[in-house]
Order: sequence, then structure tokens, then C-alpha cells
Amino acid sequence: MLHITTLHYLVLGAALFLLGVIGVLTRRNVVIVLMSIELILNAVNLNLVAFSRYWQGIHGPGALHGQVFAIFVITDAAAEAAVGLGILIAFFRNKETVNVDEVNLLKW
Amino acid sequence: MFLSHIYLIPLFPAVGAALMFFFGRKVQKSTVNGVCVGSVALAFLMSCGAVLQYLNWAPAHDHQPYQTILYTWLGSDTGHLTFVKADGTQAPFQADAGFLLDPLSSIWLLFVTGVGMLIHIYSTGYMAHEGGYYRFFGYLNLFMFSMLTLILANNYVLMFVGWEGVGLCSYLLIGFYFHRKSASDAANKAFIVNRIGDAGFILGMFFIAWYFGSLRYVDVNYLARSGHFQIGDPIITAATLLLFVGACGKSAQLPLYIWLPDAMEGPTPVSALIHAATMVTAGVYMVARSNALFVLAPTSMKTVAIVGALTAIFAASIGLVQNDIKRVLAYSTVSQLGYMFLALGVGAFSAAVFHVFTHAFFKALLFLGAGSVIHAMSGEQDMRNMGDLRRRIPITYWTMFIATLAITGIPPFAGFFSKDEILWQTWTSEGGAYRVLWFVGYITALMTAFYMFRLIYLTFSGRPRMSHDVEHHIHESPASMTMPLVLLAVCSLFAGFLGWPRSLGGSDRFASFLDPVFAREAHVLREEGKAGQLAAGEKEEEHTSSTEYLLMFLSVAAAGAGYLLAGRSYKNADKGYSEPIAAAPPIYNTLLNKYYVDEGYDYVFTGRRKVGDIRLGALGAGEASSWFDTHIIDGAVNAAGSITRGTATFSSWWDKWIIDGIGVNGPAILARMLSYPARLFEWGLVQWYALVMTAGLVGFAFYYVYH
Repeated sequence: MLHITTLHYLVLGAALFLLGVIGVLTRRNVVIVLMSIELILNAVNLNLVAFSRYWQGIHGPGALHGQVFAIFVITDAAAEAAVGLGILIAFFRNKETVNVDEVNLLKW
Repeated sequence: MFLSHIYLIPLFPAVGAALMFFFGRKVQKSTVNGVCVGSVALAFLMSCGAVLQYLNWAPAHDHQPYQTILYTWLGSDTGHLTFVKADGTQAPFQADAGFLLDPLSSIWLLFVTGVGMLIHIYSTGYMAHEGGYYRFFGYLNLFMFSMLTLILANNYVLMFVGWEGVGLCSYLLIGFYFHRKSASDAANKAFIVNRIGDAGFILGMFFIAWYFGSLRYVDVNYLARSGHFQIGDPIITAATLLLFVGACGKSAQLPLYIWLPDAMEGPTPVSALIHAATMVTAGVYMVARSNALFVLAPTSMKTVAIVGALTAIFAASIGLVQNDIKRVLAYSTVSQLGYMFLALGVGAFSAAVFHVFTHAFFKALLFLGAGSVIHAMSGEQDMRNMGDLRRRIPITYWTMFIATLAITGIPPFAGFFSKDEILWQTWTSEGGAYRVLWFVGYITALMTAFYMFRLIYLTFSGRPRMSHDVEHHIHESPASMTMPLVLLAVCSLFAGFLGWPRSLGGSDRFASFLDPVFAREAHVLREEGKAGQLAAGEKEEEHTSSTEYLLMFLSVAAAGAGYLLAGRSYKNADKGYSEPIAAAPPIYNTLLNKYYVDEGYDYVFTGRRKVGDIRLGALGAGEASSWFDTHIIDGAVNAAGSITRGTATFSSWWDKWIIDGIGVNGPAILARMLSYPARLFEWGLVQWYALVMTAGLVGFAFYYVYH
């Protein structure tokens, strides 16, 4: 039976991160871009939790700093989603589109 | 309670006027009616209360005038403002905001507020379809305020405030239809001609202040009656003559009467209130108020009498041939005012006041009736296009007929008593020295009867001469207009009974009411007259009542003759009827063109007409001032214009090229050029920015890892 090491978590995290970055860079729909940002954040969370577990192996079960960080990130992600969707609705009311390449009002 | 608060009487209409000017535009017509008619009604009730209280108060106070002084308006009690009197002593200059009630002001107060209230009510009907409704009523209320200030003032200065106030309101109301050039010209004419009179009034005031050291009536009267001054004192003569110039302007006497006929451009209720019943009698009031001074100046008295008599016959003769219904009445007003001054001049002060009183009713009634006729005739004022209105507007007809009987002096209507009193007093005064003036007044009475019955016949009898459209629309006026007509007709019928003469078994209550004001002066004049007679070696003449009956009979006969003559010429007037006076074309044309007085003034004073190529103006002043105006004043105006224009052109160029060009657009262009390279990085696609950022991060990562 395969033993799951920290490396496995990191590889999964890197894969998720890459997926998220590609999503952010390529998708035009802002909703999907926001979802991709969630993927990136969760990839980071995965890393944090994985390192926290690794850290517990060295310093004992009380070393939970990484997990606490992950909870902060989740809170932050929720706030970011709320603000992002708010901006998106305001933008849709003005331009009747949610395509990110049409968000060019600040272009000179 | 009323008496101590008489200052409220002018205040009510003042508040009404202020409300109209500030809020009138926004409120309903019914609110305007309530405020403006209400304020005058309050003033009327307050006046009645005050006069009744005064009648109770006076016997206990030796029939003194009642005074209430609010505060010192000009100067101060401590005498900061002093001047040197004629006798070399210092006197403080002082004028109060003070109000005075005595029998003389009581009479004016009652008929001004009473007739004023009726005319306000009439106006609610007459002006109902006119624009500027609130403005009209605001002016009317302002007029009432000024007139009541004039009447109630206790000194000449405050009287002058009211005097100017009524002049201003007269100007505003004559020019009420200001979009019509003739109306605004007439308003200017009235104002400017009145200025000439006002200059006289001011100078007269200066003389009085200089000579008596005070401008309060009570002080001046006290000093004038004290016996310190000689009869015929030159300063008093000058002062009274100058005051009379003021009266000539306001009360439309020769040679300043020219504004009153033109004042008919104003709305008809204005003609009735201001230019017939109240304002134009202000001159009579002022002379009557100064009676103690006038009796000290026989020359002034003679001038007043002669000017009055001449004005009476002069205006009446013009009235004989005028065709505009309101102009006939205007000349009639001038003529009747002439009677009043004739009475003042022969020392019959109470007869003059009595005629003012009765005239206020019947002349207001005639004007309001004329307004009702014009209303029915869809704005037509030319009597040549009227006729046969008797059955179609019966209330107007009957009330106007009563007023005509009153003005022509048919007993027992009001005018008979007052006019007859004037003629009788003229006959008897100064031991009969004025019998020529009596004759002039008598002929005027004949003319009055003729032109008034001519007006009645042309308007109400004969064949209808109006167009079919107009004829179709003829209708009696609404109740708000006929009610004042009826009330005024009742007054025209009964007001004369107050002065029922002693010779006809009456007690002449009107004259005895005024005795506290005039009795002393009348006595002085009688003594003078007797002395003059004795000096001339004549026997003292006894005026028997048989003479008085004879004169009365002659007056009534004159009225009857006027009635018959007018009836013969106009009773059946059809289109193209002939004027009897037109049989003598030179006389007719002279009268029709009002003796060419306006034209003469244009030659001599205004310079609007030239003699050949020369513009005389006021002895050349017209030409000079015209030149001065076109060259110096207009030149200065044009120069100022050109300079402004040049400056503006330069300023515009400077703004366009220097400020906007170099100052504003310059930096902008510079910034734009400099920013060009930076702009290349900003193409606006968020995902490209993210890609560049990612690539950068990856680049940095590789650099640090493999370095």
C-alpha cells in the first residue's frame, strides 16, 4: 500500500495551482476567472496544510500554524469572492457583459 | 381705542400692498381680493371708529385737532439739526412721524376709504380678465396707503411723503398697460408735470420753515393766527403762491392740468379712484389745510380764485366737444376742481370741501359707470359708436343718470347744494368784488349741464351706432360692479343733505362741522371785505335771502337749459349726427384740439415741434439739451460701449490664444507627447497583464533557482 508523503500533497497542490493560473489567463468569463482564483487559493491552502502536517511530525501535535493560516485564507477567499461578485454585478449593469477582455474602460 | 391708533389706518393697505408685491404672483385671485379689499375695508371701519371717537373727544378739548406722534422722523428733540430762521434765531429742524385728526382730515378720511373700498370691490369685477391682477391691486393698496398718509400727516413733510407716494402710484397705474406706448407716455407726462408742481410745494415748505421755524400744522396755524404777521406779508404770499403751484400740479389746474386728460389711459377704476375722487383733491386739501396762511395773503387768494375760475370754464369748454367718454369726464373733473379752487380763493373753504365731498361720490360714480359702459361695449370708448344702451344696461344707465343730475346741480341731488354754495359764496365774498368770477362759474355750470347730458344722450339714447359684433355682446356688468354703482348713486342723492343751506330751512351741518378749522379765517376774511368796501365808500351790503333764491333759480335754470340744448342736438343721434358747435368750424376745431395747448407746450417747452428749422424748446433749452443729449450723453454712452467692446475683443483673443493656447493646451500637448512611450504598455487586457506578471514571476523563479 502506497504511503502518502508530503511530496504527494505538494504535487497535487502544484497541479491545482497550475490549473488555476491557466484558468485565470485563458478564460474570458469573469465568473470562471474568479473560480480559478479560488483554485489557486485552495492550492496554496493544500500546501499550507501539508507543511503543517510535516511540521507536526517534527515539533509535536501542537504545531498547527499552517492550519490556522489556511483558515485565514478561506475567510479571505470568501471576502474576495463577495467583493469580486459585487463588482461584477455592478459592471454587468453598465456594460451587459461579463467578459474580462471587454473590461477596458481605463484603457487610454 | 381707534383714535389713539389712527396710524393703523394707512398701515392696513401698506401691509396689503407689501403682501401683494412679495407673494401676489403665487396666490389665487380670491386671495388677492380678500387681502386688498379687506385691508381697505379695515381702514374704512377704523376710520369710522376714529371719527366717531373724535366727535366725542373734541367738545371736551376745545375742538383741538387730535395728534398722535409715533416718533421724531427727521431731526431730533435735542436739536442737532438746526437752521437759522428769518428773524435770525436758531430753530431745530424737526418732522414727526405724527398723525393728526380734525374735522377736515375726518372728511377726507371717510370719503377716501369709503369710495376707495367701493372702487376696490368694483375692480374685482372690472379687472377680472386682465393680466397682472395682483400687481393692479398692490398698486391700488399702495395708493391708499400714500393717500391716507397725506391726509393724516401732522406736518407738511410727512404730507409731502404721501403727496409723492400718490404721484408714484398714479404713474404706475396710468402706465398699467405699459406695453401700450400711449399709456407709458401718459404716465411719464403725469409724473413730469407733477414734478413742476412738487418743486413749488418744496419751496413753499422751505419758506414756511424759514419763516415760522416749524412745519407742524398746529405750530404754523398757531403762529399765523397769533396776529404777529401783517396781512399781505410778502414772505407768506410767496410761500402760499408756491404751495398753490404744488396744488396746481396735483389738482390739475391751469397751466399744469395737461396730464389729467391723458391719465385716462389707465384702467377705468384708477381714473375713478385716483384721477377723479381722491388724489386730485389733494391740492384742495393742502390749500384748505393751509387756510390760516392763505388768509394772510390776499394776493394768493385772488390768484387761487382766478386760476380756479379760468380752469373751470376752460376745461368745461373743451369737454363740450370731446368724443371719448372718459375724456369728457376727465375735462369735467378738471372743471369741477376749478370750482373747488374758486371756492377756496374766495374764502369759502367749507364750500370747497363740501364740493370735494359730493364730487367724490358723483364723479367716481360717473367714471365707474363709464367703465361699465366700456365693459359692455367690448372696450369701445368713442361715444360716436355708442347709442341706445338705456334698455340693455339699465342699472348703469340709471346710476349714471343720477350722477349726471348731481353734477349738473339739479335739486335735490348732491351737486346742487355744493355747487350752489360755491356760486353764492363767490357772489357775496369780498363785498361782491368777485361777481365776474361768479359769472364765469355760472357759464361753466351751463356748459357742464350741456356736456353731461350730451354724454348721457350719445351713450344711452338715439339710434345704436356700434357694429353688429359689439351690439351682440352688450351685457350688464356683474354684481361686483353694479353694487358699488348703486351705493354711490345713493350717496350722490343724499350726500348733499348734510349741507342743506340755512336759507332753505336747513342747518348746514357740514359747514358747522368744519367750523373749528375754518371759522376764524372766514371771520378774518369778512372783516377784510367790509373794510375794503368801507374804504371804497360803498355802503355795507346786506345779503338778503331773496338774492340767494334768485341765484339758485338761475343755476337750476342753467342746468335745465343745458339739458334742453343737449336734448335738441343729440336725443335722436344716428350715424353721422352733427355737432351744433361744428356750425362754427374755427371754434369747434380749437375746442376739439384742446386749444392746442399740448402743441404749444411741445413748441415752447419740450422742443418736440420746430418753428421752421429752429427747435425752441424751453427758450432754446430744448435744442441745446437735445444736442447735449445726442452728442455728449449719447457720445459718452457710445464711447463707453466702444471701449468695452475693444477691451472685450482683446480679452477674448488673449483668452483664446494665450490662456487657452499656451497656458492650458500647451502643457496638455506636452504631457501627451511625453507620455506616448508609457502608453504603449497599457493596452487594457487584464489577462495579458496577468500573463506578463506570471511570466515575470516564473522568470524570477528560474533566475534565483539556476543562478
